[in-house]
Amino acid sequence: MSTVDVLFKPADMINTLKENTAALVNPPVSSPKMSAAGLNFFYGTKQALFDISLNIAAQKVTALIGPSGCGKTTFLRTLNRMYETLPNTRVEGQLLLEGEDIVAMDLPKLRRRVGMVFQRPNPFPKTIFENIAYGLRVNGWDRKMRLEDVVEASLRRAALWDEVKDSLHKSAYALSGGQQQRLCIARALAIDPEVLLLDEPCSALDPIATGKIEDLLFELKDQCTLVIVTHNMQQAARVADDTGFFLMGKLIEFNRTKIIFQTPARKETEDYITGRFG
Amino acid sequence: MTFRDYRRRVVNALMLGVTGVCTMMAVFVLLFILGYLVVSGGRYINWDFLTKLPNPVGESGGGMANAILGSGKILLVAGLSGIPVGLLGGIYLAEFGGGSFSFLVRYAADLLNGVPSIVMGIFAYAVVVLPMRHFSALAGGLALGVMLIPVILRSTEEFLRAVPRSLREGAFALGATKRRAIATVVIPAAIRGIATGVLLSMARVAGETAPLLFTSFSNRFWSSGWSEPTASLPVMIFTYAISPYDDWHRQAWAAGLVLLGLVLFANIGARLILSGKLPSLRKG
Repeated sequence: MSTVDVLFKPADMINTLKENTAALVNPPVSSPKMSAAGLNFFYGTKQALFDISLNIAAQKVTALIGPSGCGKTTFLRTLNRMYETLPNTRVEGQLLLEGEDIVAMDLPKLRRRVGMVFQRPNPFPKTIFENIAYGLRVNGWDRKMRLEDVVEASLRRAALWDEVKDSLHKSAYALSGGQQQRLCIARALAIDPEVLLLDEPCSALDPIATGKIEDLLFELKDQCTLVIVTHNMQQAARVADDTGFFLMGKLIEFNRTKIIFQTPARKETEDYITGRFG
Repeated sequence: MTFRDYRRRVVNALMLGVTGVCTMMAVFVLLFILGYLVVSGGRYINWDFLTKLPNPVGESGGGMANAILGSGKILLVAGLSGIPVGLLGGIYLAEFGGGSFSFLVRYAADLLNGVPSIVMGIFAYAVVVLPMRHFSALAGGLALGVMLIPVILRSTEEFLRAVPRSLREGAFALGATKRRAIATVVIPAAIRGIATGVLLSMARVAGETAPLLFTSFSNRFWSSGWSEPTASLPVMIFTYAISPYDDWHRQAWAAGLVLLGLVLFANIGARLILSGKLPSLRKG
């Protein structure tokens, strides 16, 4: 038994085992932060996700890997219902956030609890300060706190404060790509989300900026639950506690990152990780 | 050198020459108009011309202050009536339009854009002049306002559509509603383009003559308020140019120069806004 497994009660283990044969592809999570069960997703008539069941552990980093078009980003975007910005999309099955049905939740409330960082940095055409303050202005904030303090705290959490403290009222577009992405992370953190979804947050960045963001993820997971989609397998191996491998709209395997990368149960996973396809 | 090489060079030189000449012609037309106006009218622009009323027929001198102010008043009415409709309609089409209704609106706007300006004048004549029983700045402004609508509608729509989806999604991801995201992120991101579209369309209608002939008509005196016949630069140019007096011809040239100056000014202003020092949307 590995050290991770002893953290869970045997009863949980047995229950999970009983529930489905997916025990092999789902690591035991006693009380998941978010979960999907039997999730199907459609773009019009084209089905993009098939029967996805997956538990996202609280205060951990969960990585989703797989070749382009495998559905990992689509899955990520079901977790905050960002798919609804596209017409003719449909989701079937169960999606839960702490036991609450995501599909039935009030949308702004859901998005406040589940933040998102996108593939390319997308700062608003506003000042650095106003970018961070945006979520607070939209959602309201604890009036006992000064907006300036919340902005500073968020920038510190995203390890950007020292670089921008003298230019808070300059345009966010003046920042470098890596700084812009950290700004977007700070912007998401400003409203204290419980979960932060990251959709290939480093794909447009150079290795140094990527390193900074990865360091940041390590620090953030004490404060919130992170789900990251990545093309970069080294990145998944470095930052993630759990890793799910998607292929052609199906979740092939989901387990502790170590197990996925060292002793994957499925041949497809092994092939992808060793670079035989994808 | 083979024959093929030779032929290639000749054709290349020929086409380069033709495209060059055509480009020169386009620029030449503008320069010619500008130069001709400056030569014919420049001498007659003086303080009197800009600040005095027209002199009685037969007396030389006088100015067109009433027409300059009148054009301003008519454009103000046009802007107040046409800009809001165009802007809000454009926002609707870009952000909420998708169905067959939007298709109809878009199609109607394109058709409206192609309606001859004199027909717009007839429309304003029937809707405003006839019920009020006299010509007015209001009627002229409305005729021009209707002409603004399709241009502003379509340009606003295009600039809003050009805002990347990632910006909208960024706002949604922070819990913003669609309305909120449009008002606080999408429109600010497109504002320079939208403002340019508005300015250019205003400059375009500022020179319209036909719709004003039987809406605002003209006036040789100051017109008080908004419901009197009102002088405007284009109509003054028209009236003075077809008159038999040499002095009036000279003043028509001067008025033409003033009008062109105002339009060029607005045009250049619009371009400065578009290429302003504000950060570009595309970076990052």
